[in-house]
Amino acid sequence: MFSDFTLLLLSIFIPLSAAVVLFFGKSLGNSGVRLISAIGFMLPAGIAVYLWMKFNAQENLIDGFAYVGGCDLGLRESVGITLLLGLNGISMPLFLLAGIVGLAAGIHAMYSQAERLHLYMGLLLVMQAGLMGVFCSIDIFFFYFFHELALIPTFIMIGLWGGEGRRAAAMEMTVYLTLGAMLSLLGLIALYGQTGWDTATGFSLIGLRDYFAHHTISEAVESNIFALLLFGFGILVSLFPFHSWAPRGYANAPTANAMLHAGVLKKFGLYGLVQIAAPLIPHGALAWNDWIVWLALGNILIIGFVTIAQSDLKLMIGYSSVMHMGYIFLGIATMSVVGIGGAVMLMFAHGISVALMFVLATAVFNRTGTYDMKAIGGLGPKAPVLAGFFVAASMASIGLPGFANFWGEFTIFIALWENHPWAVAPAVFGVVISAIYGLRAASNIFFGSQTKAFTDSLGHREIGDITLAERAPATILLVTLAFIGLWPMGISQSIQKAVEADPVYTHAPAKLAERDNAPAINIADTEASLPGGQSL
Amino acid sequence: MNYNGFQELAATNQWSAIWPELSMAGIGLLVLCLDLFLPSSRKRLIPLVAIFGQLALLAVLVMGCGCATESTGPLFGGMIESGPYTPYMRAFFVLSSTLVCYLGVSYLSRQNLPRSEFYLLTIFVSGAMMLLVQSSNFVMLFVSLETVTIGFYVLVSYCRYSPFSLEAGLKYLILGALSSAILLFGIVLLYGAASNPALAQSTTDSMNFAALGKFIAATPEEPLVLVGAVLVLCGICFKIGAVPFQIWVPDVYQGAPTPVTAFLAVSSKAAGFLVLMNLVAGPFAALSKLTVPLLSAIAIITILFGNITALGQRNVKRVIGLSGIAHAGYLLVGVVAMAVGVALAPWAIIFYLFAYLFASFAVFGVMVHLAGVEDEIQEIDHYQKLAERQPFLAGVLAIGLGSLAGIPPLAGFIGKLLLFIAAFQAELYTLLGAAIIGVVISVYYYFGWMREAFFIKPALPGDEARPSYPMPGAVGIIHKLTLGLLVVITVLMGLFQRGIFGG
Repeated sequence: MFSDFTLLLLSIFIPLSAAVVLFFGKSLGNSGVRLISAIGFMLPAGIAVYLWMKFNAQENLIDGFAYVGGCDLGLRESVGITLLLGLNGISMPLFLLAGIVGLAAGIHAMYSQAERLHLYMGLLLVMQAGLMGVFCSIDIFFFYFFHELALIPTFIMIGLWGGEGRRAAAMEMTVYLTLGAMLSLLGLIALYGQTGWDTATGFSLIGLRDYFAHHTISEAVESNIFALLLFGFGILVSLFPFHSWAPRGYANAPTANAMLHAGVLKKFGLYGLVQIAAPLIPHGALAWNDWIVWLALGNILIIGFVTIAQSDLKLMIGYSSVMHMGYIFLGIATMSVVGIGGAVMLMFAHGISVALMFVLATAVFNRTGTYDMKAIGGLGPKAPVLAGFFVAASMASIGLPGFANFWGEFTIFIALWENHPWAVAPAVFGVVISAIYGLRAASNIFFGSQTKAFTDSLGHREIGDITLAERAPATILLVTLAFIGLWPMGISQSIQKAVEADPVYTHAPAKLAERDNAPAINIADTEASLPGGQSL
Repeated sequence: MNYNGFQELAATNQWSAIWPELSMAGIGLLVLCLDLFLPSSRKRLIPLVAIFGQLALLAVLVMGCGCATESTGPLFGGMIESGPYTPYMRAFFVLSSTLVCYLGVSYLSRQNLPRSEFYLLTIFVSGAMMLLVQSSNFVMLFVSLETVTIGFYVLVSYCRYSPFSLEAGLKYLILGALSSAILLFGIVLLYGAASNPALAQSTTDSMNFAALGKFIAATPEEPLVLVGAVLVLCGICFKIGAVPFQIWVPDVYQGAPTPVTAFLAVSSKAAGFLVLMNLVAGPFAALSKLTVPLLSAIAIITILFGNITALGQRNVKRVIGLSGIAHAGYLLVGVVAMAVGVALAPWAIIFYLFAYLFASFAVFGVMVHLAGVEDEIQEIDHYQKLAERQPFLAGVLAIGLGSLAGIPPLAGFIGKLLLFIAAFQAELYTLLGAAIIGVVISVYYYFGWMREAFFIKPALPGDEARPSYPMPGAVGIIHKLTLGLLVVITVLMGLFQRGIFGG
């Protein structure tokens, strides 16, 4: 019925148009708002799952990208910007992640108690449109553009529906993230600049790969561009020591927003490093390799200890998400097929598990009225299903076998052993840290005896178990985690294929010189082989 | 202009080439005549004539924009030469002037001030700007620049009962006269140097840009030329409000009537930049060793100064004024890139100016509606709870400010992107660094303003003692349509750039 490229376009435009309807839909009433948002979240998720299922059977890939198509919005001739969409093995899992987490966040938000629900859902849908766009953009300008599109609602949502410190948190986050975004924009423009401002290549990732595979660039230039991208993306991903916006921002953000931001949007920077920075300018990546490892260990160990010290549940989840970024950075630092594969796997797994944690933390708050873990206790007997979900989610987040996180962390450790054996011990110690705070949170909240203060604060209120509105998103997320945990092939196959196809990752780091001397890879002429002969 | 020029002028009829400027003058004169002869009960017609007359002109101009315009060559004996940007800038100035007149309608009725002179001056000044950006002779440049400046002296102090407005007028008068003197001195030095028969390529027609350009290319090291060029650039920098010639900006922007502030911020600045572009690419092209470092230094300081000083302001007109300095800084980056020789740079500047026009008038439209009788005292605090009371205005404000801050998917972002790419092509890495820092700082005050409008402030002790600001009534349908149109154009320019500037 639709071409696959049209489906990609729809996955962006359906949430966007639903959002526009909702902005003017004050008179729709709550059920009308829910209906429209359900359409806006379910269709992109459906498209993502559909495209994922038929992804491995795709033929006629263009430089590894399936479903490619594009259109010119008016900047192609002057600066080489084209709306070019498509998915490869690395972006496919993340596109799927955006669809699934978006659906869960959407369901959670629909039944939340937010005032002015139509505005709340509208902003969330704008964010969803941006997220779907980020991971299916082949044009690196639009990759950036969609990220910013998803970022604006965060500011407004924190400010309008956020927690107590929302005014300061919203400003801090916005200024910090603008800095990161601006640095990475400069880096992206610099990449385009290396082609000598050739508008035929432009900002298209396919064209840039082709160009960089055939031209050598001085190592100093590569290193400078990589620094821009590393620190620009690093700020957006909360790389230590640029992380301070993240926990405070998430603690003050409304739940659905935190799920989308921590779960999906933050993967933007990591995805940019894996998909764009490292393959295009590997010498730059190697030059900064030690920096990445050390800063990533900072994420794991220093932030790990900070996480242990938190008593506020939502802050703890925020810090733990900063901490887990460290593993992914370690995976990227290895620059090997196994390490990069693990990093992408962990991005997917972490996105799901942190969103799940935010759902459950809010469920705890709705029952107890506090995020202070020390003030709660013995919730388990009253809400056994919630307790079950929470324990399972903590296990997943720690990285126990059976959940997707395990495969990610495990493969990263293996890759690390080959490249930076000395870093394996501290990294593995990080697992112990996450076990400490994860299990302690579960035991504080659900087990043990109820504290007196907690009993008093409850008064005569009855505590019920998890409601359907909370259960549905939690189930979607947990099932996905377990499914990929038990059948990692579901996404690892496509990741592996994409990573192995990249000569940088198969040769780096030891044999990069070999790649430089290898005969050039013949990449099909993208212009000619676009489906349907679309002209760009 | 020599004897041959007059002869040629008499032989050919070139007036048709400047028909848009003549029409502007005609509309202005029509307004003046109507004011004289109409009975006072019919005077309500005057703003309608001014606005619809300009709209009709704008429609014709926009339709003409699509057609390829060939350069007509020098006109009027080398006084005027229309370039590739002329059609766009004509439309720009007419559009801006129309919007200023439109904002003037509600402002003037609230202030109980004489009506028709306001429209008259605005239209004449805009016509002079249209000539200014085409002038290819220093005499023409100076005469049209003075027409603009003298018009602004009156407009800035238009609200003659307000001490703020008078103070602003006086400051603008003194500093404007000073800058004109500096500019004139520079012109005279260049004139003197270029007429010196002892030097190579000396010319008798040394006010003419083309002849002067040839002379400067032959003797770029001549000290008189360097001093003259620096003084001319300084004179122009006054008009665009670049550091260190920005002192007048905050006070004048605050004191001037809000529509005039908008006029200063948009049209006056754009005219200054077009003149700068004409000079840098024209007679001063051979002086890039001088202009590039000089303008780079000015750009860096301007960006940082404008943004940092805007941080602490609570008066929104001053915020707009100081942030306007920062925008002048970003645009200067484009001018520097143009001086280096980047082909994209002039188009980036023009796109940026258009994006700035639409976003600024959206914000000014909200400001005019919210301002009370005391036009100078518009504090950020007045915007509290705007989103609750007037969600439409809050939305317009958010999009306008977002575009000024350069947030995608709005037009301001594409403008900044094009400028950045142009700067990259010119390898101006230091300037880019300064611009990035500036953008990050600007997010704080733009979003701080938005935050005031949208977020509910927790009640603090002592809040009751503060006066609450009365909200003006509902937004009229025409105002809604105008603001809505500005916002829609801002969004569309951010998404589709096809068809602008011939593809």
